[in-house]
Amino acid sequence: MTEPVLAVDDLTVELGGRRALAGVRLRVGGGELVGLIGPNGAGKTTLLRSVLGLIPASSGRIRIEGAPPAAARGTVGYVPQRHEFAWDFPISVEKAVMSGRIHRIGRLRRPGRADREAVDEALERVNLTALRRRPLGELSGGQRQRVLVARALALRPRLLLLDEPFTGLDVPTQELLTELFQHLRKDKALLMTTHDLAAAAAMCGRLCLLNQTVIADGPPSELRDPAVWLRAFGITQSERFLDSLGATS
Amino acid sequence: MSAVSDFLTAPWEHVFMQRAFLVAAMSGIICGVIGSHVVLRGMAFIGDAVAHSAFPGVAVAFVFQWNLTLGGAVAGLITALLVAVFSQNRRLKEDSVIGVFFAAAFGLGIVILSTAPGYSGSLESFLFGQILGISDGDVATVAVAGALLLLVTLVLNKELVAVGLDRETARAAGLPTFALDIALYAMVTIAIVISIQAVGNILVLALLITPAACARLLTDRLGVMMILGPIIGGGASITGLYLSFSLNVAAGGMIVLVVTAFFLICWCVAPRHGLIARFRTAALRRAAGAATGVPSEGTSDPITVA
Repeated sequence: MTEPVLAVDDLTVELGGRRALAGVRLRVGGGELVGLIGPNGAGKTTLLRSVLGLIPASSGRIRIEGAPPAAARGTVGYVPQRHEFAWDFPISVEKAVMSGRIHRIGRLRRPGRADREAVDEALERVNLTALRRRPLGELSGGQRQRVLVARALALRPRLLLLDEPFTGLDVPTQELLTELFQHLRKDKALLMTTHDLAAAAAMCGRLCLLNQTVIADGPPSELRDPAVWLRAFGITQSERFLDSLGATS
Repeated sequence: MSAVSDFLTAPWEHVFMQRAFLVAAMSGIICGVIGSHVVLRGMAFIGDAVAHSAFPGVAVAFVFQWNLTLGGAVAGLITALLVAVFSQNRRLKEDSVIGVFFAAAFGLGIVILSTAPGYSGSLESFLFGQILGISDGDVATVAVAGALLLLVTLVLNKELVAVGLDRETARAAGLPTFALDIALYAMVTIAIVISIQAVGNILVLALLITPAACARLLTDRLGVMMILGPIIGGGASITGLYLSFSLNVAAGGMIVLVVTAFFLICWCVAPRHGLIARFRTAALRRAAGAATGVPSEGTSDPITVA
């Protein structure tokens, strides 16, 4: 069996004295698109930030292609939630995508040929080449999401972390992004948090139900047991919720 | 000699005016560059705070007869550092911390200054500027500090932009965001302290914010903005000084009025975002709608209709 791109073992994280993650085990391999599902406050974003090396682990182990997060800096593609980004900055699409390579460019240097090629390729993959000189402020929500994906791709990462990429987008735009992620999956490992359970079940090869710890992990077809979902979301009974997943008792 | 050329050349006959022009122009240019980052990050309040917190340093320097610029810079930097450190506590927002420290610093400055003889005169020159009383040493200090500041901006620009765009991702990429914050605060402090002589403590905020805000209205490109900002800042400072000389009014106030006039003009005539451009776009849309008989509300994005 080949080594997974992302391997998390027995990860425990405490935030301000409160336990945010406890004993999390997760594998994401090349070619996989894994959906990270859970209620608000379940620790989804905390898990992503731990993988990025932004939060220290209390205990446990994170390996990205065999390396700890600190050593893997600048090799993980991160797509934050759209509101984390200053869209009013007066720069063009291509400059924003280039900012993703700041780690590679290095201090006191200007982008070189390799950097420009990586940006060209990233823009091409998300289909933004035609808009590359457009100011950020003039982009639609879907275009903005694709800028963030391109910025992450400019690192040519093996692992891509996506935080709520579908929030606030209309259905056609979501479909366009889904198609893009399926395409990216071919040569990468993708881990995506989302609140859109039905969409996640339809597009992800595997779902990981998280609520401080991993409640269930498997292909959507194997997660038919309503008890698992009820436990992950800490609710007692919700017909509508289970119906939407096709997991009825 | 015609009235116009007289207006242009008369001030240059005085040495104190030559120094004033130099310092005003340099202050405008430096603040225009640094102000671009301040405006883009929405940290105008920080600029205000640093301006006020330089006060105790200047007061101490005045009492002990030290270099006023250096005293102001040290006090401003200490306050900026305190703000940065105390803001790490997530329970308090940065603007609250700023509010606490800059008022405290200003209070300290007034207490210190009130113990010194000649209190009210020095207070006035500090609050409203003393551009006609600038020494050769002051000109040299501003020139050296300004050149260093522009150099540091050039070196750190890429990193400062990345942090401004998205701080979390910048951190994930290994950028020292805390150190960069401190660096930016320090740069703002020095820009302000060297400009205090030109327009005074209260009005210095105008030189930091307004030219950069004008530039932002005029362009959607960062590089252009960081060139327009200093041009507007320097231009407004020189124009204001000319007007103050020929009308015999306060220099600091006149400089601020001129730069504010620039802002109002930009707000009206800016391409795409200005008042006139918006009117014109709306009129064109109405005309197009009337010609084709199609309602013109909103232009659809090809992605969302695909």
